[in-house]
Order: sequence, then C-alpha cells, then structure tokens
Amino acid sequence: MLAAFDRGLRVVVEWLHARVGTVKQPGWFRAGLFIAALIPLLVAFGALGSDLVMGTRWFGSNPIKQAEHFLGEWTLRLLMFTVAITPLRRLTGWNWLAKHRRTLGLFAFAYVATHFLVWGLLDVQLDWPELVKDLTKRPYIVIGFIAFLMMTALAVTSTQNAIRSMKQRWNKLHRLVYVIVALGLVHFLMAVKRDIEDPLIFAAVFAGIFLLRWRLTRSEWSAVRTTA
Amino acid sequence: MLVRRPPDLRSSEITDESLYLDRRDWLAAVGALALASVVPRDAAGQDAPQAIGKPYGLQPNDTPTPWEDVTTYNNFYEFGTDKSDPAENAKGFRTRPWTVRVDGAVAKPADYQLEDFLKPARIEDRIYRHRCVEAWSMVIPWRGIALADVIKRAEPTSKARFVELTTLNDPQRMPGQRYPVLQWPYVEGLRLDEALHPLAFLATGVYGRTLPAQNGAPLRLVVPWKYGFKGGKSIVRIRLTETMPRTAWNLAAPQEYGFYSNVNPEVDHPRWSQAKERRIGEFLRRPTLMFNGYADQVASLYAGMDLRKHY
Repeated sequence: MLAAFDRGLRVVVEWLHARVGTVKQPGWFRAGLFIAALIPLLVAFGALGSDLVMGTRWFGSNPIKQAEHFLGEWTLRLLMFTVAITPLRRLTGWNWLAKHRRTLGLFAFAYVATHFLVWGLLDVQLDWPELVKDLTKRPYIVIGFIAFLMMTALAVTSTQNAIRSMKQRWNKLHRLVYVIVALGLVHFLMAVKRDIEDPLIFAAVFAGIFLLRWRLTRSEWSAVRTTA
Repeated sequence: MLVRRPPDLRSSEITDESLYLDRRDWLAAVGALALASVVPRDAAGQDAPQAIGKPYGLQPNDTPTPWEDVTTYNNFYEFGTDKSDPAENAKGFRTRPWTVRVDGAVAKPADYQLEDFLKPARIEDRIYRHRCVEAWSMVIPWRGIALADVIKRAEPTSKARFVELTTLNDPQRMPGQRYPVLQWPYVEGLRLDEALHPLAFLATGVYGRTLPAQNGAPLRLVVPWKYGFKGGKSIVRIRLTETMPRTAWNLAAPQEYGFYSNVNPEVDHPRWSQAKERRIGEFLRRPTLMFNGYADQVASLYAGMDLRKHY
C-alpha cells in the first residue's frame, strides 16, 4: 500500500516539477506572507480590545475566552504552515520556500505567547494560587505549558548565530516541532468538552502533512529533484 | 474596564413606519396619556425585551445580563456545540404543537398539549442568577411556572423519589442530534424534594417574552442553585421514578459531572477551578457563591451529605 502511495506521489511530484518547478519567488512573497500571518493577530487584538473597552461583541459574549480559543487555533495553523514548508518544497521544487519556515515558526510562537498571556493576564487575572494549580495539576494546561516552553526554546535558538554554533544539535533540537504539534493537539483535544470535531480535523491535516513529509524526504527522491 | 451598551434594538424589533404612523393616529384619538404605556413591538407582535420580575437571591451588584448575550451565548448541543450555534440553527424551530408527557410513579399520568399543561399554573416573572459549569455566569429574568405545581398536579405515588426530564429527540429539527456528541435525547433529573423546591422553575419565557428556541423553548428547566447544564431544554417528558435517572453529562463523563451538580466553589471540576466565575459582560472575575447564592434556601436539602462525593 505504501509502495502504491509512493508511486502515485512520484507521478504527482514529476508532474508538478515539470509544470511549476521553475517558478521563482515572486517579489511580493516575503511581505505578503508577513502581512498574511500578522492579520489574525491584529484581528485578535482589535476584536478583544474593542469588546473589552467599548462593549462590542466581535468575539461574542465572552471575548476573553473567545480570544484564547482564536489564538490557540491560529497557533496550530501557523505550526501547520511551518511544517508544511518542507513537503511543499519537495512537491513543487520551490526551494526558495525554505527560508520562510523561520518566519512562520516565529509567528506561531507570537500566537502561542499571546495565547498564554491572554490566559494568564486576562482570564485567570494573575490569580497566583490558581495559576500555580493550573500549571501543575490540570493535565491539559500542563501539556500546553510544556509545548509553550519548547516553542520558546525553538524561538530563542532561531537566529543565524544559533544555527551556526549549534550545528547538528540545532537540527536535533528543532525536531521538537513534531513533539510540540502532538502536545498542542492533545492540549486542544483535552480542553474541549464533547465537541472533538475541530481538534480531530486539525489532527487529520497534520497527519497528512507528516505522511507527505515522511515519504517525500527519503533519499531516493533526490533523483526527481535533480531532473526537475 | 468593560462597559456594555444596553441591548441593541434589532431591525426586526423596530416598528414598521406605517404601523408607527397608524398608531400615531390611534394615539391621537386615545389621548396623550396612552403614550406612556406603548411598548415597541417586533414583527411577531412581541414586546421589546424587558428585564422584569421578582429578584431571587440577587446580590447587590447583580444586574440582568443583556438580552443580546442571554439569547446568543448558549450551550444547547442539540443545535450545535459552539455558543453561537443555537441562535443560528434554532431559527424556525417550531414549538407548536407541543406535547408534554407526565408519567411514571404518578396517580394521574397524562399527555398534555402545552397550552393545557400551562393553563392551570400561575405564570411568574423571576430574576435568577445562572452559573454555567464552564465558570461563566449571567443574571436572567425568566418567565414560567413552578415545577412543583405540575408535579403535584400529577399526584406522585409513594414510589416517586426522582424526577426525570427529557428533551425532544428529533434530529430532523435539532441538527446537533445528528452527531453523537452526547447520548440523545438529553436527560436531566432531580431528586423529588429538589424538584418540589419553590425555586425549581419551568421557563416558558425570558425578558418578558416567549422563550427563544435557543434558550430551550417551549419549556426549559431552571434550577438556579445548580450548574446550568442541569436545566434540560425543550422538554417533552417529565417522569417520576423510583431510581436515580442517568443524566446526559453524567453518562458522557461521570468523573466530571455528577447527578447533583450543585454550584460549589470548593469542589473543582477536574479540569478547572470553580472558585471564581466570569459574569458575562464584566472584566474582573467574581467569587462563586455556595449554591450560587441560594444556600439559605437550599442548603438544608443536602444536610449531612458529603458534597465532595456527591458533586
């Protein structure tokens, strides 16, 4: 079955490489990606600020909770785009995508950091005994917090200097992104009550991306890349 | 600082200009005195939402939650799991004809048309506090009847110890029931003495108006000292039983939701604290009160019980 999948995948890859493989990065791409990734964050700030200060209902009747959910889901989306870069590159032959992975990863971190701050400052409102209890005793919050700490480590080591000085260890450390995705999904799944549809959809998309990545990054594919 | 505007007037609530002009003629005939008694009406002929009713257990800083929030921020999984789903998906939900079956351990079991079910009871407006298990709360001006009235009317036998309330089961009309989110139909229950408590209420309206479908029309249980999910919506059956009913959330997650589900700031939900709550429309969280502020009235029902065990 996997062999059949690989054969089909090879057909798709060859077709895509022949069709679009030579497309260069458009001039607007860097700025466009930056703005696109920033918009939901601005929406979150705008809607939450307006709801809290002016009593609007952009985020519904419980805007703080809604902002938390919104930012959490956008963290997962940004992580999704981040880990999709490599398989997408292999599929299309657009190697210039690689340098945008860091931008997306850092945006994912910006979303998760805001998610964490909204939770601590606006939701729990720095109620220290409760924060400590949540961060140590409530499994879904513990899991989310561990994922957040891991993302912090990746964000801190995302500089050119860190990449150069850490060498092999950098690659090893940044493979944590897969652990982070898994923890993020478990955190989401445990946070909902019975409406597990959304976390399952996220999990399915991630599974698809990881499957593609796994099949597309084996060494025998190098031949396809050079012929493209 | 969170400042809420008063509930917005929806365009459907604005009186049509021609009607308005007609009324002006009529008013001129009746006299200026009538002006004060005219309340704007919507297309369905309903009065504008009015926060009317006798306050029960309200704290000094409790004010009714705006109509807009009460009718758009709902947990009613039969119409979808997002808070905004019920208001969206319950549009056009027909609540007439509606039959309510009262049966089980009663001397007078019967199937009632809703109108006949309500006719003998006294309709009251009561303003209650509402605390959701998800740690948010509201203050809601309900309209309805005392649950005790309809139970006494059916004459419970000596075997009756619990009351089981069942929600309509109709995936055609309740799209959320097409997904196995919970075991349908939604079943809730009370101990008989809880159900006979004067605070236990069957709502038929809110804000002086007919209950919107998303709030559980046409008949919805309100038990203000318990978490909101105890309030079964769109009730079609009230059954008196000898054994404790298996309730929907208890079946779904028994370690998280017990049969009693009394509001209790000292007993946490396994996944979050119940010590505080966010009042919808407010920024700072409030401390949650024992039995949601109704301890004086209901604590005696649970004398001697370990509320940590019977959560």
